[in-house]
Amino acid sequence: MMSRVSEILENSKERLFTVEFPEIDSGGMERIAKHVDRIGPWFDAANSTDNTAAHAHASNTAVAIAIKIYGIEPILQIVCRDKNRLAIQSDLMGAALHGIENVVMLTGDDVSAGDEPEARRVFDLDGPQAVVVANVLATGQYLSGRKINPAPNFYIGAVENPAAPPVDYRIQRALKKHRAGARFLQLQICYHPDRLENFCRGVAELAPKLHIIPSVVLVKNEKSLNFMNDKVPGIDIPQSTIEGVKNSADPGESAYQLVLQQSKHALSLPGVRGLHVIDFRRDNSLERLMRELGRTPKL
Amino acid sequence: MPKLLPLIEDAIKKPIWGCQMCGQCVLHSTGMVCPMTCPKTLRNGPCGGVRENGNCEVKPEMQCIWVKAFERKDKLPLPNSWRAHYNDLRPPVDMQLKGTSSWLNFLTKRDQKRPAGWPILAEKSGK
Repeated sequence: MMSRVSEILENSKERLFTVEFPEIDSGGMERIAKHVDRIGPWFDAANSTDNTAAHAHASNTAVAIAIKIYGIEPILQIVCRDKNRLAIQSDLMGAALHGIENVVMLTGDDVSAGDEPEARRVFDLDGPQAVVVANVLATGQYLSGRKINPAPNFYIGAVENPAAPPVDYRIQRALKKHRAGARFLQLQICYHPDRLENFCRGVAELAPKLHIIPSVVLVKNEKSLNFMNDKVPGIDIPQSTIEGVKNSADPGESAYQLVLQQSKHALSLPGVRGLHVIDFRRDNSLERLMRELGRTPKL
Repeated sequence: MPKLLPLIEDAIKKPIWGCQMCGQCVLHSTGMVCPMTCPKTLRNGPCGGVRENGNCEVKPEMQCIWVKAFERKDKLPLPNSWRAHYNDLRPPVDMQLKGTSSWLNFLTKRDQKRPAGWPILAEKSGK
């Protein structure tokens, strides 16, 4: 059985549209269903995040299973901050038990980015090593060499930040993750179109089989942009971009147009096979964005 | 001697490189910047949280050690054979070696030991 994500990326010329599934704290399966109703028709798959921004939430694996039950294909994110190599392998195997195949392995924000900065940071593995570990499981063994029969089916991805220093090294780092076994890359949100373009060109040239999925984030106004610029390490937003939204007659509309423009630019770049969307607005702009990018809703 | 060696190694390498005595030294391949001084102890390059000024996500006042390594690997008069290993895929740290002498582990090849499932072939940089 091949996941829809791998089918689209490996065996078609279609674009892949993925979405960040909102973090879940409570509200049971009804909460999951509510989100699925809104985002389900527009996307091929949804990322089940792993304690985003170092804040505890319902577990990545549990949410991935839940959204799969409601018919959205999950992409399970696993970060290295909270779990050692044993726990990461058990996360992967537990997900495989439920038929989850798409996994994205990442280093993750530090505990200091969250609301429990006093917690112990783990980082027993780093992002590239975690990609290897997922790959090792898929070949039918644990890292220790203990056999797994039959081997789980994983379609493995990684992430990269095309805009963070050292910018000149980011392509090499993406290649390292590709060498480790990553077939696709979901990128960090990027407000430097030139850096995004350089990154995609470089990767497309050196690793044509590595599929790139840039990310965009729908925000309400310049306040959210300022927040990300100040509080999210690795995201830098030029003041001119923030001012452009702030000083416009309709900041909400202007913030939306920025995302539309970013999406179109990203989709035009070499090596780019789709788009990942994070929605902080939670209004009708997600649907509007999808329609304006030429998507038709699934029934 | 085996008991003295870690003490000597620590005494020399800590003041110079902030050595954490991981026992599996890779300094030569990282522009003589110790990856264990990264707050996340990342051995395979910078995380995505590096700030616009090149400083660390966790310690905003400190330059990201991987930004430093990226600059130093070319600036320092290092053999090209060392530079060639910069983008190697380094295996997970073997926690059993913490506190032991990396010099001894190098000589005995103990630092080359990998988990049985680890694909050694994936480690080399290639192009």
